[in-house]
Amino acid sequence: MRLLTHNMLSSNIKGVVNGFPLRIEAEKVIHKEVDLNPDFLRNIFSKIEWRALSDAARSLGYAELPEEAEESMLDSDEFLGKFHHALLEIHLEEGALVCPETGRKFSVSKGIPNMLLHEDEV
Amino acid sequence: MEGIGWKTAQIRLVSSHPEVYEPCDDSFALVDALLADRTNLLLHRPAICLEVGCGSGYVITSLALMLRRQIPSSAAYFLATDINPHALSVTGETLAAHGVEAELLLADIASGLEDRLAGKVDLMVVNPPYVPTPEDEVGAPGIAAAWAGGENGRRVIDRILPAADRLLSSRGWLYMVTLTANDPSQICRLMGRKGYASRIVVQRSTEEENLQIIKFWRDADEESAASSPTTIAGRVIESLTSHLPRLSSFRGTH
Repeated sequence: MRLLTHNMLSSNIKGVVNGFPLRIEAEKVIHKEVDLNPDFLRNIFSKIEWRALSDAARSLGYAELPEEAEESMLDSDEFLGKFHHALLEIHLEEGALVCPETGRKFSVSKGIPNMLLHEDEV
Repeated sequence: MEGIGWKTAQIRLVSSHPEVYEPCDDSFALVDALLADRTNLLLHRPAICLEVGCGSGYVITSLALMLRRQIPSSAAYFLATDINPHALSVTGETLAAHGVEAELLLADIASGLEDRLAGKVDLMVVNPPYVPTPEDEVGAPGIAAAWAGGENGRRVIDRILPAADRLLSSRGWLYMVTLTANDPSQICRLMGRKGYASRIVVQRSTEEENLQIIKFWRDADEESAASSPTTIAGRVIESLTSHLPRLSSFRGTH
């Protein structure tokens, strides 16, 4: 699971009001290089909750992202490189995503988060 | 890179598992619909693509290959969900065998994505469990979840449609497989009331079933309207009505 996906997930347990962002408990993190595409990054930037991304990256050991970001920063190659790495190259392979309100854990196994709810959570 | 010359996933490279639905006529029809609409898709340049119910991975892999031929790698973000964990393993293997990638989620339709992905999906593809079955077979563990659709095969479809409406971006497109028994003209009217235009991209009759692949897009999306000669739900209904004799006689199994 990339941090882009983490940025799109929230806890949807019945009754939970603020299910985002999910806290990450990491057991295994891997890095996979992919080609940097500036157009994609510029396009996706406005869809990203920045603080959630920078906090998630930091929790996985990558502290290079600023705490806040604005669109003009996309003109910097250095910024694009860091954004690209955090968003697309860091993968949570094993661990859990934790609901910020209830502490309920959604396991991540072989890079796949289990977002299925139990019957009493729907 | 391997796979760069392929237009769609290669059957010999599609992984399998006894509990996972193998690519079949419906999967092929959906990929054929994407191929038939490929020129529009490439112009559309979807940034976020989602497949609900990826099964073997045949469709999401084909989509990734299709878009990659024209758009450089990592220009689109591909997400695939399934309720069956074996399907996600198989999809992962199928993607890897073709040298493409997608993010995989074990989810009920798009559970966990409803809030943050709302209004962001530019392209959604769904081959839903559409076969009319007894209600208690819907969502059962294992392979039956791939086809069991309950009454008129609509139980899961009727949950997917509002999810699609929520997830699709203002320029988002949905391609969905339906069976004549699902009453696709009623589905088009339903989506029409939510502001979607629709058209049948591929229509196919096999020995067992009559399949339609329907494309939905928001009616205000001029670009799509301009490139699609037959646009409004009414036309789809017209065209479906001409197949009504089949509809009334169909009560088959998968």
